[in-house]
Amino acid sequence: MVKISEYPEEEFILPGTRLCAGCGLQLAYRWALKAFGHDTIVTLPASCSVVAGGVGGYSPLKIPAVYDCFETGASTASGLAGALKAKGREKTKTVVAWVGDGGTYDIGLQALSAAAERGDDFVYICANNQAYMNTGIQRSSASPYGARTTTTPILGKKEISKNMLKIMDAHGLSYMATASAAYPQDLFEKCQKAKEMQGQGVRYIEILCSCPPGWGYGVENSVKMARLAVETGYWPLWERIHGRITLSKAGSKFIDPEKRKPITDFLTPQVRFKHLKQDAISVWENYIAGVWKEIQKELDETNQ
Amino acid sequence: MPEKLVITGNFAAAYACKSANVDVVAAYPITPQSPVVEKISEFVESGEMPDTQFICVESEHSAMAACVGAAEAGARVFTASSANGLALMFELLCWCAGARLPAVVCIASRALGAPWTVWTDHQDAISMRDTGFMHQFCETNQEIYDSVLMAYRIAEDPRVFLPMFVTYDGYLLSHTMMPVQIEDPEKVRDFLPPLKTHVDVGELGETRSVSAVIPPDITVRPEGNTPGYMEYRYAMQKAHEYAIDVIEEVNREFKVKFGRSYGNGIYTSYKIEDADILIFGIGSVASQSRMAVDQLRSEGIKAGLISLKLFRPFPVKHLREIFTRVPLVVVFDRDVAYGYEGVLAYELKAALYPCQNRPIIRSYIVGLGGRNIPTDTLTKAVKRAIKEKDDSSVQLDPHTDFLDLDLDRLGLSIEDMQKEAQ
Repeated sequence: MVKISEYPEEEFILPGTRLCAGCGLQLAYRWALKAFGHDTIVTLPASCSVVAGGVGGYSPLKIPAVYDCFETGASTASGLAGALKAKGREKTKTVVAWVGDGGTYDIGLQALSAAAERGDDFVYICANNQAYMNTGIQRSSASPYGARTTTTPILGKKEISKNMLKIMDAHGLSYMATASAAYPQDLFEKCQKAKEMQGQGVRYIEILCSCPPGWGYGVENSVKMARLAVETGYWPLWERIHGRITLSKAGSKFIDPEKRKPITDFLTPQVRFKHLKQDAISVWENYIAGVWKEIQKELDETNQ
Repeated sequence: MPEKLVITGNFAAAYACKSANVDVVAAYPITPQSPVVEKISEFVESGEMPDTQFICVESEHSAMAACVGAAEAGARVFTASSANGLALMFELLCWCAGARLPAVVCIASRALGAPWTVWTDHQDAISMRDTGFMHQFCETNQEIYDSVLMAYRIAEDPRVFLPMFVTYDGYLLSHTMMPVQIEDPEKVRDFLPPLKTHVDVGELGETRSVSAVIPPDITVRPEGNTPGYMEYRYAMQKAHEYAIDVIEEVNREFKVKFGRSYGNGIYTSYKIEDADILIFGIGSVASQSRMAVDQLRSEGIKAGLISLKLFRPFPVKHLREIFTRVPLVVVFDRDVAYGYEGVLAYELKAALYPCQNRPIIRSYIVGLGGRNIPTDTLTKAVKRAIKEKDDSSVQLDPHTDFLDLDLDRLGLSIEDMQKEAQ
């Protein structure tokens, strides 16, 4: 792992974004762009990341950005990559689609699946803050079980989140990874790897991004919340290169249930889970156990 | 070398795409446009379009999104669609025009469902009216080929930078073989040099972005103030206004270069010199109306035809100049602005309203969902318009006439239906 002192000092997000105080997404964005570097074109569908771009054609991003429609993160990236290829410039730029969970799990799923199947040449980042935060915290299919959103305002979400990672894995991608806004070194390295695997189709990274207004916690606790998601075992950190999974160093110890913090550490501080009773917490515990069981199974198969 | 091929309208569009040396094609098949996609795939796979990237997308929505992305990276782009596929594209068509990307999109026109249909009318194309695209219609396969080449020249002109539709009737042209002159690539390149785009995101400096959020009012900045949304949209409207001169210019230049032209690039006319009745139509309706004009003339009625080539920008000045010469105009629309009347009819009425010598305008709806338009239907309608020209009760009646309805055989009559409604 790169030492913190060896990271590029150059910032690619300048002061002046319109994101909320304590935004986990901005943290992830900052470290990801450091990894992607100057020769990057980022395309951003409707999401908090459009807000991050500010207004009026000048943006606080230090790389050129193309804003696109909600469901077109992947298809716009396909077009950008196609144009670069047509001009013989595909090796000079990294195309990055930076999309929210709504744009990935829901409205943009069709375009993403198609681009992945075609093997179009770009990095796809799902900045997952677990609801339609930009439009005012409505439920997405990435929202976790029990979460109150403005469209599940009283009872909370009755369904567990869609297993998007499994869906993407079914496309046989060259590179997939999970990451967290609270682990910048891990995130940086994963983005760098995805960048280096240029020419190998869609590379998919899903970053859990904590969201103070959407999750309901104080702005000073964003890193803490994103970290707790990992430490409770809820958000395992791994990467899968050509189908072969490895746990990331930053979170590998949480494969041991003994090392995990209780899930209530993650749930209780958040307003969206305030109403959850013990039976709901059991659903969470079972969910986490199931996630790790699948990872363990995959690791066992890999090591055979 | 130039070659004359006997090909369908869809293939003419595909050959034009090849001649224009398009950088990126992203398209999705739909009847009756599918052979365009198939032919381009064949060109790309066989190596006949070596510089072109064909993105075989999963929907029309992604087709246009990929075209938008590619055009934002400075590529010349092409796609084609019909009816429901075109409707699915709508969001991105508006985006494309709003971003001022000079894409060319072919429409093999087809009626919109429901109920399911695959046959032609102009409802799909006409419904795209307010996307911000320029829009021309074609009457022959040669015209499709030529119009695509001209469309790129017009769209990529720095005075314009707007995308353009090239529409031709599904089946009637899309699947009908006609001789088409395919021009020499060198000569086409001379007429249509490589795109000099105004936006290439790969070459943008730092801290610049494309299609970012634009507030209602201008943004005051130390780097220089940036326009508000309304200023952008005013610029788009002005570009449409400037485009008319460019379109005439390109049409003239095309004639010099290739020996073919389509009227003044705005409309074509047929036997209008001594006409005192003008028929107004587009695409297949105009083609059929030529025969109606001949038949009417054989009966001593001095009819003529204006076939509108350029639907957007709407050539108000040209239409005023031509239509104020006659006392009666008959408009045949293969589309309906539901709840009102045919789109061509009401747009012509609006265009002529300020004129002193505005004619009586009679409008009819014909040929929806691919229903045949017999010449007799048109001539009878023109004769009825002549007969009722001075009948103010007819002129003031707001109801819209559909021709060749076959209500009798359904056991219905318009009178009964009206009675029932009351």
